[in-house]
Amino acid sequence: MKRPLGLLVLAHLALSMPAQVSFERIRRADREPGNWLTYSGNYAGHRYSALDQIHTANVQKLRPVWVYQMSADDAAETSPVVVDGIMYVSEPPSNVTALDTRTGRPLWRFRRQVPKDVRVCCGQVNRGVALLDELVFVGTVDAHLIALDRVTGAVRWDATVADYKTGHAITVAPLAVKDKVIIGIAGGEYGVRGFVDAYDAQTGKRAWRVWTVPGPDDPGHETWAGESWRTGSATTWVTGSYDPEFNLVYWGTGNPGPDWNADRRGGDNLYSDCLLALDPDSGKLRWHYQFTPHDTHDWDSTEIPVLVQTNIRGRERKVVLLANRNAFYYVLDRQTGEFLHGSAFAKQTWATGLDDRGRPVLVPGTAPSETGAQVYPSVPGATNWFSPSYSPKTDLFYVAVREEGGLYYKGEAEYKAGALFNGGGFRSIPRETPYGAIRAMRPATGEMQWEFKLFSPPWAGVLSTAGGLVFAGTNEGDFLALDAANGKSLWHFQTGGIIRANPVSYLSGGKQHVVIAAGNALFAFGME
Amino acid sequence: MAHRLTSALALLGIRLCAQTEVPKQNPFTSTQDLERGARLFAANCAPCHGPRGNGGRGANLARPKLPRATDDRALFLIIQDGISGTEMPGAWSMTDHEIWQVAAHVRTLGRVAAEPVRGNGASGRELFRASGCGNCHRIGSEGGRLGPPLTDIGERRGAAYLRSAILDPGSSLPEDFTMIDVTTRAGAHISGIVLNEDTYSVQFRDLSDNLRSFWKQDLAAVERHDDRTPMPGFQGRLTDKEVDDLVAYLVSLRGEE
Repeated sequence: MKRPLGLLVLAHLALSMPAQVSFERIRRADREPGNWLTYSGNYAGHRYSALDQIHTANVQKLRPVWVYQMSADDAAETSPVVVDGIMYVSEPPSNVTALDTRTGRPLWRFRRQVPKDVRVCCGQVNRGVALLDELVFVGTVDAHLIALDRVTGAVRWDATVADYKTGHAITVAPLAVKDKVIIGIAGGEYGVRGFVDAYDAQTGKRAWRVWTVPGPDDPGHETWAGESWRTGSATTWVTGSYDPEFNLVYWGTGNPGPDWNADRRGGDNLYSDCLLALDPDSGKLRWHYQFTPHDTHDWDSTEIPVLVQTNIRGRERKVVLLANRNAFYYVLDRQTGEFLHGSAFAKQTWATGLDDRGRPVLVPGTAPSETGAQVYPSVPGATNWFSPSYSPKTDLFYVAVREEGGLYYKGEAEYKAGALFNGGGFRSIPRETPYGAIRAMRPATGEMQWEFKLFSPPWAGVLSTAGGLVFAGTNEGDFLALDAANGKSLWHFQTGGIIRANPVSYLSGGKQHVVIAAGNALFAFGME
Repeated sequence: MAHRLTSALALLGIRLCAQTEVPKQNPFTSTQDLERGARLFAANCAPCHGPRGNGGRGANLARPKLPRATDDRALFLIIQDGISGTEMPGAWSMTDHEIWQVAAHVRTLGRVAAEPVRGNGASGRELFRASGCGNCHRIGSEGGRLGPPLTDIGERRGAAYLRSAILDPGSSLPEDFTMIDVTTRAGAHISGIVLNEDTYSVQFRDLSDNLRSFWKQDLAAVERHDDRTPMPGFQGRLTDKEVDDLVAYLVSLRGEE
């Protein structure tokens, strides 16, 4: 009985450490790599762990140390946060559990009673929680933002963000910045009008809202024909990044609605498929950059904005990197939004290239049609919501890539509140064999350094580490580690469930661990 | 590919809007509805059911009564949701109006004179036995298991499709029936039908009914063939009349009595 008692004492020590997460701690998250304090690990969106106990020479010994089973219908898309021995994990549809990282045992559970008639286009999922001070924040598929007590899981406040009956939903992990919680909205397949909101972290009172489809008195309104702006979508369903130096939050926006029939929404359709730079104090829009003007392929630009400093044509620049669903990789100046570089990182057949300002030059005949237009990439795109990673150690940008085309169909688009508003559909190309890859690219140029091919186009993000590793997951349940320098596969483990989530790394009991959700379970790996 | 279909459906999900009562009779049957239904059918349904709906990879719809869709509501729900356990997907991307338009067009297909099946089914049955088809294909409780079972093939495939499958089997293979050739590091060649595959491993049923599983790192070569089958083509090996007879027999197979 000696050993269990020792474990208990250690566990008690771990659990009694202070777990309050101040804004300062998140801002300096790089200084405490043993924790994972925010969605992407740091505000810069790096999804990089400075831990190096698990490295290229010993990763072969990595083993599961515990498995936590969720009771959920949809595969988990969650990305946990970890602070001082406690892991806060969201579960489908909108639940939260606090776990002891040492044993994998639950400390508390929050269960949201979700109405039966919620509408989420692509699965009743949740991608994660945010921490700030005494609270844990989670969005719900019935479009509420809820603050939970970090110690008990009790509801501290519950704010209605939007009406779920009109197709609004929240699947995104919130972002806590200063004294506010920033949250986006889903519903781009239901003709909602998108927005980004900020709530006072202590009270739950809404501090500001930025509409991502400008109203009649706002600049950009002229980019929508007639009344089409009312159902313009441009939703905000993936977590943004934050630069404390410029005090700017970078948040991506989704497709214009309806997805595939653009007959009634002539114009560029701002701010759909954009990256927005917002002042987190006021919500004021400082700049925007639109990747796919007048999109007809459902290529949301809700990928993770990655903030780095790099040398562009002989000059050090503070930039934001974004590998877009439309198959182009972009580098923008993050203070001004200036376009610095763009190049394809996957097969694409819809643009002959990008002009000097990054605007795509369209290939005729690639818009959806009644008979089906064959275009690369497919509707899910060359990449999607799952996270890329930047390693300062290798100075490489890593991204999970989908190599797949699709047939795009145009159909009817009649708006009915709460009903799908797609205006068409899509299919895979007969006899095409799609595949996936993890690719490593030079940040400034997008030049590919290596790739590791995957059996099918993935739905999982990547994590790079100071141990010289890149972790990734596959649809077939393989969780794997590649050599960050050359892409060589060093380790893999069959989880038995589709991996549609992002990996994170942390210390538990002083030892490095990596955790990934697969199917409805959470797997923690370590060396012990 | 199953994984492709799954990911597409997972992406957009099933139709989750509140299901209002679906009427028993199709409310959209005007000339315009029929015209649009025909166009939607041509783009979305004809690739499997054939341009005139008389079957192919998908079931023959050009008949007066559809066994799974005895009324318009049932037809609407099949188009909307698909048929689970079959290759028929749901039309998640169509509006209700569009589904009704397609349903209206499908009903007109049954009014077209059915394609005559020329051959003699009884002779076809004998030929099926004599040609050794049963070594690989199961009908009811008899036959092999290398090829797809044919117990209800007449329900699922049209005559034209069956004819081309006999003459040139590689021209259109069912989903989840992909051939694989592997070469081990020791130089052994093994062929089979893929059961499962991922980045690191592959599982298949070899041509002698053995279940096989390999790490890809232990193989010198792995080749998948989406256009190949162990079934021999019968072009030039059967007379036109024999092919007609065989098709007639297969079309008559409608499931176990």
